[in-house]
Parts: sequence; structure tokens; C-alpha cells
Amino acid sequence: MNTLAPAAWPDRDASATRLLHLDPGRGTFTDRRIDELPLLLRAGDLLVLNDAATLPASLRGSSSHGEIELRLCGAPREGGGGRWPAVLFGPGSWRDRTEDRPPPPPIDAGETIEIEPPGEGRGLAARVVSVSPVSPRLVELRFDRRGARLWSALFRLGRAVQYSHTRAPLPLWHVQTAFAGRPLAAEMPSAGRPLRLPLLRALGSRGVGVRTVTHAAGLSSTGDPDLDAALPLPEPSVIPATTVAAIERAREAGGRVVAVGTSVVRALEGAAVDGPLRAGASVRNERIGPGHVPRVVQGVLSGVHAPGESHFELLRAFAPRALLEAALAHAARTGYLGHEFGDSTLILPTDDDRSTRAA
Amino acid sequence: MELEGKAALVTGASRGLGAAVGVELARRGARVVVAARGAKALDAVVARIRREGGEAHALAADVGEREAIYPLVGAATALVGPIDVLVLNASSLGALPMPELADTECEDFEHVLQVNLLGPFRLVKAVVGSMVVRGAGTVVGISSDAAVNGYPRWGAYGVSKAALDHLLRTWAAELAEAGVRFLSVDPGEMDTQMHADAMPDASREGLADPELVARRIVSVLAAPERWPSGARIEASSLESAA
Repeated sequence: MNTLAPAAWPDRDASATRLLHLDPGRGTFTDRRIDELPLLLRAGDLLVLNDAATLPASLRGSSSHGEIELRLCGAPREGGGGRWPAVLFGPGSWRDRTEDRPPPPPIDAGETIEIEPPGEGRGLAARVVSVSPVSPRLVELRFDRRGARLWSALFRLGRAVQYSHTRAPLPLWHVQTAFAGRPLAAEMPSAGRPLRLPLLRALGSRGVGVRTVTHAAGLSSTGDPDLDAALPLPEPSVIPATTVAAIERAREAGGRVVAVGTSVVRALEGAAVDGPLRAGASVRNERIGPGHVPRVVQGVLSGVHAPGESHFELLRAFAPRALLEAALAHAARTGYLGHEFGDSTLILPTDDDRSTRAA
Repeated sequence: MELEGKAALVTGASRGLGAAVGVELARRGARVVVAARGAKALDAVVARIRREGGEAHALAADVGEREAIYPLVGAATALVGPIDVLVLNASSLGALPMPELADTECEDFEHVLQVNLLGPFRLVKAVVGSMVVRGAGTVVGISSDAAVNGYPRWGAYGVSKAALDHLLRTWAAELAEAGVRFLSVDPGEMDTQMHADAMPDASREGLADPELVARRIVSVLAAPERWPSGARIEASSLESAA
């Protein structure tokens, strides 16, 4: 059985996270721990993190037709006064799997979702600006306020998107990486979760560079097969000039670029699809899978993913399916944990042949 | 550090020194979030900064409440970006009039530590990882003469400020190579509401103007590399940057 038990709570010592190192060059995999990551990298390599913080994306409200949960998937810039993409659900709680959640009551553009009953000047409301032709669950919203008043209300009323396999409802601070910056991700860029500050410092002392992108990772699941098939939805992405410079330096010096998480792969490979990697803001909607030839990224640190997940398809651009499946079977057999708070995999060739790489 | 365009969060910024530091940071081009319990007074500070052409946002929060910290940092970061400058200014004197230790209620002491020590710890914890990864950032704690000298009736407050100084020294030691700076500034005696609360019978003569002290503190924030990380600075020893 290639089924991983899910980690039910982020309470484990992050340094105890197991790391399965896959070497696609040799077709082998090795059991490690995350604290051994510095041994697998060398001076000149570059680790690229996604520093997007997780939004309080899940809000409860109601329209004139009934109860609605809305999950924000990305935030407009400039104070949040623009259009917010969101996926709507009908009644249910954090214990229900997303795929079991009923659709929202029918809603049309122009209707209002009351997030919080009005009163004492605190009511928060969102107006539906448009409904997607792909799914009636996917809408664009405009809130009735912006700036500090909007963000205060979102952090007061919103929760992290919940997972039915957790032991209890997750507070927002449990779904943040140690280096989270601007809140833009609908769900935690979880590959970076085991990378605590002492480990990042240990990598730095070894001469491994650490840089960031800010990529608004979207929802992992919408409960609507048509919409799930369209994932990932367009994701705003920012690549700082310092990161592009560090990538160029690493390549010139023969270092490898390791993306921490599939969102970083989408950011870097997406931004290089039609030309050299450029710094700046863009919106990415490339689907990266087995046919993709990586131009920027040589290695990927991520969770443990199974066939059928879009993350697994993305990893096939970096390792053959047979190796990924064999590694997954080993992980399942030896008790690796899956999902957001689980163990890690590193796909990275063991580089013992510099001449080949330089060619 | 050039302050132009930097993201700054100042706590206890609805009045006195905190408000003045917020105003001064905005004058130097920082994008400022001012936080305090009172929304109305904060709005007045924001209005003043905007009238001067600066950028400011008000977030009402009580830093003594554990659950308030993450929403404060999250909303602040959404508004101005990852925090570059954190000014830990909010503080509580505890019960008024300030009692001697023998008469200090344990609950009042705990509250002082929540606001003056644990709140700052939680705030730093929420912003420091991003500073480390970016290799830059400055955290300044507003200290007090009472952190160094034992004055009658200043027990809870003095202990909290001594601990705050030591908290920042320890962050500095742990992150010495990370490019993030931690400093304590003793602002000296200022003509503020807090001073009047602490010593209602004292003369206001000779008390420093908080706006002048704020300019000195912001001059530290503009060039924190002039001090070793973890240093404790007396504002009265500083030249005021014009």
C-alpha cells in the first residue's frame, strides 16, 4: 500500500522531520533527517524559499440563500481594495473533507455575503463581482472596506484553511513557516516548514545560499472535480532581483538551485518559460509536469507526495515515475508521514561528475 | 539603514514617545504601522502623518494579549510588507499609584510582564525569521533607567524592563551573524502621560520633550550599525539629528 499516514498536528520537533533523498541520476533513495540537509548540499548551492505567509483565508458567512464558507485564494495588492478570488462552499466544518463539502447555495454577481453581522460598525461584507464559467464555486469578491480596516477584520474573523486529518482546528500561527513575510498564500507553503532558523544558519555556514521568492500558493483542493482539474489557479508571484542575481552566481560557480516546495518550482520555472529568468512581479499559471524540462531548478525539497496529486506530477519533471513510486512505497512501509506537517523528500542528483554537468 | 521605503511597526504609538517615533519614521520615508489599544487616538496619529504626506496605518491591538500578536503582525505585514524596523515601545506601569513590591498584586505583576516582556518576545518571534532570511532588520526596545537601578515602587516595571534589555541581548547573541540588530534605548525622563501617571506630584520641569527623544531614537534606527547588536543606549547621550 502506497498510503502515507498523515501527520495530524504540527507538534513534532521540526528537526526530527525525516528526509528521503532521491538521486535521480543513480536511481537510488536514502533515509536521512532534515538536519542532515547541509550534508547533502555544498558551498555554492542555493536554496530558494517561498516566504509567502498563510492568509486567514477561511471565512464564514451567509448570503440570502444560506450558509457559506469562503476560502480566499490570493490577495490583491494595494491594501486589498481590488478583486479577491475565492472558492465558496456550503455548510460543513473543519472535520469534513473538502471533497465531501456540499456546493454553496446558488449565488450571482451582485449578491452580498455577510461575513459578520452588521452592528457597532464592525460588520464585514463581500460583494460577488463575478462567477467563473469553470465552476459556480469560483468567484471574485470585493470587500466593503480596504486597508487597515479590512486586514484587521480578516485577521480577526478569518482562520487558516482547515484539514480534516488534523487533531483539532488549526490556529493560523501553526501554518506559518519560520521565515514567513507577506500574507498571500491560501494554504501554507509547507515544504519550508521543517526549515527552522538554526538549520538555515547551518546551511549558511556551509556556504549554501538562501534566497526567497514570494509566491501566492493557491488552494490544494476545491471540492469540485472540474475546478480541481483547473488547479493551480493563477498565482501572483514576485521574484526579487537579489534572488535572480544569486541564481546566476550559483550557476556560474557550478552550484545547484534547490527549490523548497512546488510553489517555488512554479515561480522559477514559470518565470523562465519563454526566456531568461527575470526579476519582478507576474501571475503564473503554468502546469508543470513530466514533459517539462527544468531551466532554473536542479533540485526540489518537498513533502512526500503520491500519484494522483498535482505535486507528484510536478516532481516527475525532476525524477522518473518509477523512482518516485519506489521511494513512496519505501516511505509508506517505513512510516514516513504525509501532508502539511509530515516528512520531506529531496530530489537532487548526487553530483560526483562535474564534467558532465558543466557540459 | 536608509529608512526610505522601509516597513516599520511601532507599538504603544497612540501618544507620547510611540506616536512621536511613528511620526518621525514617516518623515524619514518609512511606511509606518502604528499600534496601540485605543483606535481613536491611533487614527489621530495616522491623520497627522498623512497630512504631512507620509504613509501610516493604524492597527488597534493590546500587545499584552497573546492572541493579539499574530493578527497584528499579519495585518501590518499585509499593509507595508515584511517588517524592517520594529519599535517595542508599548508598556504598562502596572497598578497606579505604583505600589511597593510588598503591596503589588501578583496579577498586576503578571500583567506588566505580559505587556512589557512577553508581548515583545512574541512580536520579535513573529517578525525575526523574515528578517534573518532577508539578512536585515532592526528591533529596538524602549527601556528605562529603572531597568538598571532599583527604585522604590518601580519593582514590576523595572524588572520587566531589565528583562526586556536581556531578552534583546540574547536575541542579539543568537543572531549575531544574521544581519539583524537588536538595541535597547533608555529614553530618559520625558514629559508624557506615562510620566504623569507614574509620578503625579513631580515637577515637569527639566523633563525631555518626547518629540526630541523620538528624533534621537529614529537617528539610531537610521544607522543602527554604529552600535554593536545587543547594546543599551541612553538617548540623552545622543545628538539629535535635525
